[in-house]
Amino acid sequence: MRPALEVLVPGGHTTVQDLGRLGRQRWGVPVGGAADTLALRLANRLVGNSDGAAGLECAWGGLQLRARADVWVALGGADCQATVGEEPLTPWQPARVARGQVLRLGPAGRGMRAYVAVAGGVDVPRVLGSRSTDLRGRFGGLEGRPLRPGDLIFVGVPEPASRRGGQGARPGSSTGGPPAAVRRWEEGVPRSGGSPAPPVRVVMGPQQDAFTAESLATFLQGTYAVGERADRMGLRLEGPRLDHLRSPDVVSDGVIPGAVQVPGDGLPIVLMPDCQTTGGYAKVACVISADRWRLGQLRPGDRLTFEAVSVAEARAARRELEAEVARVPAGGPAEPAPPGGRGPARWRVRVAGRWYLVTLEPED
Amino acid sequence: MTARTGRSEPGSTADSYPRVRPQGDDAVVVEFGDRIDPDVNGRVLGFCRVLAEAPPRGVVEVIPTFRSALLRLDPPSLDEAQLDAALDRAMGAAVAGVRPPRRTVRLPVVYGGQFGPDLDAVASKTGLTPAEVITLHSGTSYDCYMVGFTLGFPYLGTVPEALAVPRLATPRVRVPAGSMGIAGRQTGIYPVEAPGGWNLIGRTPVNLWRMAEDPPCLVRPGDRVEFFPVPPDAWDHSREELVLP
Repeated sequence: MRPALEVLVPGGHTTVQDLGRLGRQRWGVPVGGAADTLALRLANRLVGNSDGAAGLECAWGGLQLRARADVWVALGGADCQATVGEEPLTPWQPARVARGQVLRLGPAGRGMRAYVAVAGGVDVPRVLGSRSTDLRGRFGGLEGRPLRPGDLIFVGVPEPASRRGGQGARPGSSTGGPPAAVRRWEEGVPRSGGSPAPPVRVVMGPQQDAFTAESLATFLQGTYAVGERADRMGLRLEGPRLDHLRSPDVVSDGVIPGAVQVPGDGLPIVLMPDCQTTGGYAKVACVISADRWRLGQLRPGDRLTFEAVSVAEARAARRELEAEVARVPAGGPAEPAPPGGRGPARWRVRVAGRWYLVTLEPED
Repeated sequence: MTARTGRSEPGSTADSYPRVRPQGDDAVVVEFGDRIDPDVNGRVLGFCRVLAEAPPRGVVEVIPTFRSALLRLDPPSLDEAQLDAALDRAMGAAVAGVRPPRRTVRLPVVYGGQFGPDLDAVASKTGLTPAEVITLHSGTSYDCYMVGFTLGFPYLGTVPEALAVPRLATPRVRVPAGSMGIAGRQTGIYPVEAPGGWNLIGRTPVNLWRMAEDPPCLVRPGDRVEFFPVPPDAWDHSREELVLP
């Protein structure tokens, strides 16, 4: 058995991510998962994976991978002028990378995070229900850390297109133009020096009554810039400050990624997937689930504005997003891949109080 | 939209609890009060228990905190009418006094020395001797109000007034796993190494976070927690916890 990919250069900051570990927040486990779930879901679909397969999230671009087996990949998210060998790799299209070829991502030109989906999905052990890397907890993904040069990536067994009902290599090409979900991505991410992206939609609350009426108006009318301290925990914003009516502190309660909390300095922080499970600052609003993926593509310096919508409008927007994603046809390999990329069996075992990862790898 | 989870509460005043508030379109907060209080938290835990017994469609998880429950929703599979009915039923039951069964977790603790570097400082701040701090802390049984901040961290209350000390002015960059600290009227245990600003008075050798188990968390919301002091040389012999029904 061979690994499918070898990391030559990990780029800015690359981690294994899927759609996160929902359902364990009450034990203090962060939700985690891809910062731009739309890009990961689309890239997965394009190679015939389920939406929740694990892929590689590469912040700032620069990732270089060598194929150690023939694999199908799709690139989504930040535009990185990627190449396979000497040929440009078109984003949002499945592409075959032959054994020995190198997939190179340039620096992210627009957007913050690129996603590499591999047919079969990145195969790392599931920890607490997910393959996502939890950097603070140091678990999930590849040993709970960002990728390093020399890391070997195993993938699962791809579903052949014939069994998925897909048409094989080139989804989108037969329908003319990119799918609506890809256009949605293009329209939702700021262009450098171009027209600003549309407002990020929020549902106000749950603690909007902790703020003055003027501050609520300021929040919705002002323009914010993403500060330098922007990572998978949160985006610190710069711009007009909000005034609390009394104390900025509330008795800690549950928070979700997308929540906009405002500490004593009055500057909002938008929580990102690796945020803590509970928080003690008043939350003025929460970014709606249909727009949350856009936060993952904001870079320090990018401008953003907020628009308040009702929960009903937010759920309608989510239905629209799901309908667009559902229309992206499965692509990727038309035939089952020959054995070679499949990962070995792995277990976590405890010996004398310490945890060990045991890998069982049949010989070729 | 008529679903209650879809709008603010026009009929409720700021002080009427319980109340339901949206957090985005895929979470709902049900608040039972605005302070840390055993009765308020009891209602939260009762609410979570009733809801967890028959989770409405589209409810991914119910997360209890000091004074509110957070419901994480999956909007595509949500039935808003069913959710509203379930919320009403669970809020009613919680207010009527339904509570989850209580477990008692007894944890050995080595107080002071390298295991509790702030014991002496806590003693001098409170005007007690270190031995009195230990007696007072281990002589109280605590309720686990919620788990949060980091993997498996239980927020326990209520610390006797005489032991209440503020957080450290400068948090530690690294607090070893098992460390037990005091912050105000609360005490808690760091199940995994983390940064932290609580006053560390002891450490338990029991592993509170078990990655391979489900749930991975030893001390859970609603548990009663008791500490018993063990000498430093018992550290390696007290790794098994005692959980009583």
